[in-house]
Formats: sequence, C-alpha cells, structure tokens
Amino acid sequence: MDMTDLKIKATRIRMDVLRMIHRAKAGHTGGSLSNTDILTALYYRVMRINPANPKWPDRDRFIASKGHAVESLWCILADLGFFPKEELDTFCQFGTRLIGHPNNKVPGIEMNTGALGHGLSIAVGMALAAKRDGKGYRVFCLMGDGEQAEGSVWEAAMAGAHYGLDNLVGIIDRNGLQISGSTEDVMAIEPLDTKWKAFGWHVVAVDGHDMDALVKVLESAPEVPGKPTLVLARTVKARGVSFAENIPGWHHHVPNDEELQRALAELAAYEAQLKREGGRAEA
Amino acid sequence: MSNTIPNRQVICETLMELAKDDRDIMVLASDSRGSAAMGPFAKAFPDQFVEVGIAEQNIVGIAAGLAHSGKKPFVTSPACFLSMRSIEQIKVDAAYSNTNVKLVGISGGISYGALGMSHHSLQDIAVTRAIPGLAVILPADRHETKRMTQALVRHEGPVYVRIGRNPVEDVYESADGEFVIGKAVTMRDGTDLTIIAAGETVRVALDAEALLHDMGVSCRVLNMHTIKPLDEEAVLRAARETGHIITVEEHSIHGGLGAAVAETVIQHHPVPMRIFGIPDEPAIAGKTAEVFRHYGISAENLADAALRLISRKRQERER
Repeated sequence: MDMTDLKIKATRIRMDVLRMIHRAKAGHTGGSLSNTDILTALYYRVMRINPANPKWPDRDRFIASKGHAVESLWCILADLGFFPKEELDTFCQFGTRLIGHPNNKVPGIEMNTGALGHGLSIAVGMALAAKRDGKGYRVFCLMGDGEQAEGSVWEAAMAGAHYGLDNLVGIIDRNGLQISGSTEDVMAIEPLDTKWKAFGWHVVAVDGHDMDALVKVLESAPEVPGKPTLVLARTVKARGVSFAENIPGWHHHVPNDEELQRALAELAAYEAQLKREGGRAEA
Repeated sequence: MSNTIPNRQVICETLMELAKDDRDIMVLASDSRGSAAMGPFAKAFPDQFVEVGIAEQNIVGIAAGLAHSGKKPFVTSPACFLSMRSIEQIKVDAAYSNTNVKLVGISGGISYGALGMSHHSLQDIAVTRAIPGLAVILPADRHETKRMTQALVRHEGPVYVRIGRNPVEDVYESADGEFVIGKAVTMRDGTDLTIIAAGETVRVALDAEALLHDMGVSCRVLNMHTIKPLDEEAVLRAARETGHIITVEEHSIHGGLGAAVAETVIQHHPVPMRIFGIPDEPAIAGKTAEVFRHYGISAENLADAALRLISRKRQERER
C-alpha cells in the first residue's frame, strides 16, 4: 500500500473505531486513536502476514502489550478479513469474543494481553525461539508510555539485549498521558531514550503520526545487528479528533451522538483532503 | 533403604533423555539452575536452555512466548517466588492464553525450612488451583517424578508442578507404569477410612496406614498427585465406601488439598473430615521432618486422629 492509501486507511480505521466505541458505549478512545497510524503501518505495509492463514509459521508477530487500546486492532483485523466485519457490532457485548482486550480466540491475535508489562517478555520468548530455530520472522511489541512504570518491562528489556534479539522491535506509543494525567506527573519515565539505550537497545525516535517516517523506521528495523530496536513514537492521544486530542478524560471517554458526528465530519474532511493531495478520485 | 536422589535431579535426568530426540524441549532458569539441579541439562543442551537471571515475571512471559512458537518450555524456579511473584504471568500468559508452559516450582513447601516464610511456599496450591485451565501436580517420590516428567512432555497445556528440595523416601518400587494427570493412585485399599495425601506427605500417610493396619484398622491411602483437575470420582468413592477422610499436605490448611477434597465431599457426600497441614501462621524454622512433627504431620498423629474419627462412627452406630 502506498503512503496516500495508508493515510486514508488510518483515517477510515479511526472512523470505524469511533463508531464501534459509540455503538458499544465502551472503549479506550484516546489510546486507540494514538496508536492507529502505528498499527496501520504495521498491518498494511510492514509486517508479513496472511489473513487467510493467521497461523502461518513464518508470519511476523505482533503483541499488543498495551492491550486496552484494542479497538483499532479489532477494526484493522476485521478490515483485513481475519474475521467478518459485521462482528465489530458485538464489541464488548454479552458473550462476544471481541472483548476490551486482545483475545487469542480471535484469528490474528497471538496472545491474550491486558495486564500491563507482560507483552515484551512474551515477545522476547518469540524472538528467542526464532533465533534458536534459525527462522526469519520479526516480532513487534507495542507498549504504552504509562506501562513503562511496570518493572517487568525492564526485566524483558534486559533479556532482549542480553540475547541480542535483533529480530525484536519494541514500540512505545508515547502519547504522554495516562488515565490520571501526564505520565511525568503520575510517575516520571523520562528520559526514555537514554533509559532504553542504557538497557542495550537501539533507539529510534519518530513522529508516530508521520506515516512516511513510521514506515521507514519500522521497515528498516533491525538497523543494528545484535541489538533489539526500540521505536519511540511520539503520538497524540485521541489523534484525529481536534476536540479530544490531549485530553486525559478521553482515555476511555465514549463519544456521545453529537461528538461522534463532529469527529466523523473532521475525519471525513481529512480523508477528502488526503485524496485531493494524492490525486485520488473521490469515492 | 534410604533414597538419596532428589526429585529435581530426576526431572533433569528425564528431560535430558527426552531432549536428545525432542529439540523443542527447553529448560528455563532464574539464576536457579543449581538449586533446580539443571546444571547438567544446561551444559549438555545449551541451545535448549535459557537463563533469564533473577526475574520471575520475565521467565514466565518468555516461556509463554517460546511455547507459542512451538517450544516445550520447562520453567524451573523456586516455588516460593514462581507462584507468587509471577502469579499474574501464570494467570494471563500461561493459563488464559493457554500456552504449553510447564512451571516447575522447586524447593517447595517448607524445603527451605530455616530460611523463613519468604522462602516457604505454603500458599502455592491455593493460588494456582484457583486459576482456570492450569493443572496442579505434586509428585510423591523419584519414581513418580520420572513418570510425571515423561507425561508432562507429552501433555499439551499449562501445568504447575511443585517438588521439594531434598530426597524423599520411596513410595513406589520402580518408575514403571503410566502417570495419568487427574487420576488418583490407590496406594492401599481399605474400608474404615481414607487418608488422602500428595507430594512428600504420601510417605507419612503410608506409614500411618501401617500403624493402623497393626491395630486392625482398614485404611485406604490415596495419592492425589494431581490436585487440579481433582479426581472427584476417587474422592467420592472414598467418602461413600470408607465414611471418613483425612487429608495431609505440606501446605497451608487453607485452600490446598484438604480444601479441594472438602469442596467435593461437602457438596456431594458429606462425611467427617480432618485436614492436616501447616496452620495459618509463618511456619516454624527447621528441617522438614522437624517441622512436620511440630505441626502433627506424622504417622503417629495421623493414626491417632484416624482412631478418634472411627471411634466416633462406632459410638454413633452403637447408640
């Protein structure tokens, strides 16, 4: 998928996310909009996957360690055909498998996550298995910035460097906010780049909404043989919805009818602009 | 004849035999390869061994990732840390994600007798058996440990195993036969009462049975090596056929083997029960035998309790 199409895709995923959360009256709006561009880059361009064969042994693996921001992932997996798109209507409803965190009963989900600080250890295990078996797949693990306060993240960071896992890419969705406020007010985690470098990782900072830059960074990892890569993606919580951006309450605020219409209108306008700039015909 | 081979050594030797032909068998240690007796495995199979350092949360997560990739990881780490520090990883990464992770809690129970409560694991059965999808196993002696290890390699799914640090007196004559997860072993048949034990207390139960036998009491002894899934059929058969049950375990009296048996008995066929274990307190320091004796986990005490239970039944019958 080329850059314009990726940007359009990310915009449409954002619209799907908002509709789904509005319909379910539940969800983590802010985080699912801050990670949308990262997931779009991974799923539509960077990762080797096969929706018709979700357990293809040589596929690249994705672990959503910040499991609460699952809405964008559900919308992307449905769009790619891992499961029927109509199933998105069941999100967070009684008996659904599309729960509020990744659920490996759903095709395309590798592991159940949701308890923070678990994903990177699992990703280390997967990357280590690939190394021991001489396999070429890569493992991507998306973490939250608030999640960096979990001690187990750093246990996994140590192990990833110790075993020289250059097939492992950690990504931090650095939107700066967690449920109680700014990460630096709740529990200061900076300087993140220095910390990860000190733990033996190759650190790349990127604008997590700049699709061109994201794709370039994610496609080229690993850049340093023998070292895992940490992509520090600066993002904006609730990105794409002007009146929700950077507001902590939108961590799990559910848009009301009026907010949904305003948000969809903004995103539709942005999509039209992308199409004009990219020379795409209006749908 | 006194056995000098600890169960941990048997696990290592059995895994080494199987790992030659099964390159997916892996052993993980948290700076615990010495206490897990896994040094020989690490040396012989460096590509199938993973050291994670002192990081019990990480060891379970890494094992889950390895298992997801087709490996058969055996996590060997002290039971006190593995069952407490990593319990969320056990719940989510092993059980909930249903990964083929074998968690071997070494130096379990009060093996680290003099080191104090931080190093005792007397709540591990309570917490692990409350987790859906996780099997919980305590092998009785070296022979059963060998059979169990072979069965674990064949078994697909997460299991928590607890073994002690020191050699255990044999309760079986050989390692022949098959270990069936979830199936209790009738070590002695009997009709007056049943003693249900697991792990190192199976030996104590058998010794109690010998004393009772000499006094003309017919005592059944069940080795409940799998505490979850519990062999409810064997428990209820014991309740119906013998009318009294004593459980004995190297665990807190809350939430362990006794609780599991009682949950079944009380709902389906209530009979008088006694639960022997470690009381709700930081356990006293000492060697296993000393600590057991202190808390009444001895053949004499079990036999005495058995006589009192039975005489109550006889009195009631005569009344």
